[in-house]
Amino acid sequence: MLDKTLTQLAAGLARGDFSSVELTQAYLDRIRQHNADLNAYITVTDDIALAQAATADEQRAAGNAGPLTGLPIAHKDIFCTQGVRTSCGSRMLDNFIAPYESTVTARLAGAGAVMLGKTNLDEFAMGSSTESSYYGPTRNPWNRDTVPGGSSGGSATAVAARLAAAATGTDTGGSIRQPAAFTGITGLKPTYGRVSRWGMIAYGSSLDCGGPMTQTAEDAALMLNAIAGFDPKDSTSMDRPADDYQARLNEPLAGLRIGLPKEYFGDGLNDGIRAAVMAAVSELEKLGATVKEISLPRTELSIPAYYIIAPAEASTNLSRYDGVRYGYRCKDPVDLEDLYKRTRAEGFGAEVQRRILVGTYALSAGYYDAYYKKAQQLRRLIRDDFQTGFQEVDVILAPTTPSPAWTLGEKSNDPVAMYLEDIYTLSTNLAGLPALALPCGQVGGLPVGLQLIGNYFEESHLLNIGHQYQQATDWHLQAPVL
Amino acid sequence: MEWETVIGLEIHVQLSTRSKIFSGSSTQYGAEPNTQASLVDLAMPGALPVFNENALRKAVAFGLAIDAHIGKRSVFDRKNYFYPDLPKGYQITQMDDPIVGLGEVEIVLDDGSTRTIGVTRAHLEEDAGKSLHEDFEGMTGIDLNRAGTPLLEIVSEPDMRSAKEAVAYLKKIHSIVTYIGISDGNMAEGSLRCDANVSVRPKGQTEFGTRTEIKNINSFKFVEKAINVEVQRHIDVIEDGGTVTQETRLYDADKNETRSMRSKEFANDYRYFPEPDLLPVEIDDAYIQDVKDRLPELPDAKIQRFKADYGLSDYDATVLAASRAMADYFEAVVDVTKDAKLAANWCMGELAGQLNRYEQDIADSPVSAADLGLLIQRIQDNTVSNKIAKTVFEAMFRGEGSADEIIEAQGLKQVSDSGAIEAMIDEVIANNPGQVADYRSGKDKLFGFFVGQVMKASKGQANPAQVNDILKSKLQG
Amino acid sequence: MSLDRSQVENVAQLARLQVTEDAMAATVTSLSSILDLADQLQKIDTEGVEPLSNPLDATARLRPDDVTEHNQRDAYQAIAPSAADGLYLVPKVIE
Repeated sequence: MLDKTLTQLAAGLARGDFSSVELTQAYLDRIRQHNADLNAYITVTDDIALAQAATADEQRAAGNAGPLTGLPIAHKDIFCTQGVRTSCGSRMLDNFIAPYESTVTARLAGAGAVMLGKTNLDEFAMGSSTESSYYGPTRNPWNRDTVPGGSSGGSATAVAARLAAAATGTDTGGSIRQPAAFTGITGLKPTYGRVSRWGMIAYGSSLDCGGPMTQTAEDAALMLNAIAGFDPKDSTSMDRPADDYQARLNEPLAGLRIGLPKEYFGDGLNDGIRAAVMAAVSELEKLGATVKEISLPRTELSIPAYYIIAPAEASTNLSRYDGVRYGYRCKDPVDLEDLYKRTRAEGFGAEVQRRILVGTYALSAGYYDAYYKKAQQLRRLIRDDFQTGFQEVDVILAPTTPSPAWTLGEKSNDPVAMYLEDIYTLSTNLAGLPALALPCGQVGGLPVGLQLIGNYFEESHLLNIGHQYQQATDWHLQAPVL
Repeated sequence: MEWETVIGLEIHVQLSTRSKIFSGSSTQYGAEPNTQASLVDLAMPGALPVFNENALRKAVAFGLAIDAHIGKRSVFDRKNYFYPDLPKGYQITQMDDPIVGLGEVEIVLDDGSTRTIGVTRAHLEEDAGKSLHEDFEGMTGIDLNRAGTPLLEIVSEPDMRSAKEAVAYLKKIHSIVTYIGISDGNMAEGSLRCDANVSVRPKGQTEFGTRTEIKNINSFKFVEKAINVEVQRHIDVIEDGGTVTQETRLYDADKNETRSMRSKEFANDYRYFPEPDLLPVEIDDAYIQDVKDRLPELPDAKIQRFKADYGLSDYDATVLAASRAMADYFEAVVDVTKDAKLAANWCMGELAGQLNRYEQDIADSPVSAADLGLLIQRIQDNTVSNKIAKTVFEAMFRGEGSADEIIEAQGLKQVSDSGAIEAMIDEVIANNPGQVADYRSGKDKLFGFFVGQVMKASKGQANPAQVNDILKSKLQG
Repeated sequence: MSLDRSQVENVAQLARLQVTEDAMAATVTSLSSILDLADQLQKIDTEGVEPLSNPLDATARLRPDDVTEHNQRDAYQAIAPSAADGLYLVPKVIE
């Protein structure tokens, strides 16, 4: 039962092959069996899950089932879930029982989905390996000595190891796509503003984007249908109707124009990944696509631009964690300064503190123009480069990461080395574009992936291409043996 | 040496919106602590701001009222600093692109001369919460009800040259914001707060001296006193051979002195940058025109109209138009009485006097304009004399009832019954034979004595004109 | 660009983060290496380029002035580290 995709499970529930309670219980059992080892979940919400499953079965019996009714999914522990600890992977919020529900989780619950629990992540989503969590690292189910990527590593591992039928993630600089690539699953980062940020704990406000992490593109479309759309509670949410993301899945790809940005295929790219991505390109050509090389000349500069903008925004987004209204507070503060400084030094881990300091510096008097403003100017240039590219091609195809999952601990003490691994994912966030990560091969027993980058609000088209590719290949069906 | 004072004011005006600038919490004053603090106001993780259109509308109205440049594209920024009453660790404000740009207002000084004061800018921002320093076992209590209340910060040019000018400017701004209804202007509740930048320089020098900022002076009276005491401090420091330090100071009203605020270990660096949770605010000409169309009559226009339509003197028109509440009250009284001069005399005389005596705002006046109008009608129809009416008004002010009720209950109706008046006059004549004889022998001045006696006998209620007529004929008798 | 210790201390003060003596040297080193990376920005000519703060160059949507939130103090203060009489408590603030 648990080897099925979200779409298949939906069909099974609809046919009455099994109930939501049975399905949910099966996932909870599997979580109990493997989570201690994989550490995909920070919190497992058994009681809520079973209660929601029972309700879902009743709804179905009453003929009121929606497309997601009774499907058990996991939420990255960055989405506020009312009455449930929402830790963001931080000691700072270890005791934070969210008093409200995020729009993403509320919409999924409203569509009938069952919440299995809250998944692990890099603290405050700052990382590419899920090693900086206060709750310890999540392991890659393909090889437990390697990282699952990050920051949505818990969700990625949960979906890859079939500890959830699907999961939510967030992507600020690749945090959905990179762990999807490292664990062999499908991950979609929607257009900035397509999915509400209300209740999604902020890292880099102008970059953060929630999205689905699933086995297949078809599953991602199913989930995106529930979460995409305008939300008046988020000023950056786009006030335009969402598509029906399943509508175009079966369109043929004849005439599709794919661009391969040469900067993504340079020296830094692992040869195995290059081969896997080019094999996928051939597959798409067989399906009717034409391919041409394009240039995104400022790709490399996305790293410094991102590692100024994201920490700058984060440095002030995280000022609210002051030990006054919620969350961690240091013991026996002698005065206000002591309360602030010790609460924050004890409540935040090393990487978070590092980014707060970098961001504070980048915004401080005398440096603002040289760093933050400059990075925002560069951001416009990067966006314009993409628009130039989209004049020639419909979508851009590139590897998701330059290398497969690395060994746990390998880059933990070298932040810059870790930052450089994000080179292929950052510029889409800077430009606010949608991108779909798909598994397309294996290197040394570890999954690797490609990403399709589309123009604004082109999610339907990306999912269409992804689905057609997955109809012709089976990388997305590969699962690790636990 | 002769010194010149240079003053600039930063005035924070709370905009009278129903909900907060970035959340749907109520802005009602005086609620129980933290009962008007929502997820956004408390800066809960994941909570996001959404801008209130009415705050924008009110800010634009102010800009139009002072003929200022309106920012068609304004941008919110984060101003970062830590303080317990600032839940996010930053204040959302406007730095480089404020909603209101350069404008000006004209002030009238006591000697009747006028001066133009430049307004550099006015920008929207959110208010902070309140720190309550009463003892909670050595702790400070934080109330975030006020956090997120919309503020318009109005920054003047350093154009004022005396504390009196500063007060006149502050009053003018107060008058404008209350006139156009963007704020209740209640200084006691903190709806209008003022910081003053003060410096002195030798007369004739063009460069400014070093300035100090006096924080949070919250009444017209204290603005004048605080500036004067700070100016004198600057002069004393300089004349003693010292130099003024640029710093922020607090005014202590009890001691009538300013003192330095605890100096920070590190200088503040607010790290302003565009607020990524809010997008730039763009407005078009149609929006601005719509706000303009709804703008009420402004004080200067009203003064001109009062003079033209009601024939009021310059002084009366200016006094009555000084606040919109008084102007509206006056016009409502005129509506009832149709006598502008009488209405003006009552508003500026008895009404202002009683309000002053009980330290009440006209908005809270126990006597409504309609009620005062009815009282004045009783003068007009000779039910009471002007003098008795004043007694009735005092009783009305104390809440003893309407004019008619009080006149009835206290038997203050003017006596116009000639029989009754004749009887009283007969008695007075009978009781004062000596004076009658003197009068009849030519001491005309004694007429006043007889009038007084009759009025006394009637407890002031006899119709004075009738008393005069009847008395004259009887005394001649 | 390499930072010196006093710059790190200043930034840590602005950010209200206590950096212990033990961690100071490593912090100085890692921040310096990150800023070295960031300094690649300096070689780019961005003269006249408008900074991009929102990827879609979108503009604000306004909210009607309605009171939509109601008192939830008890629920919100249930997760407060220290509250009494409806107030959040912090160590004495000296003006």
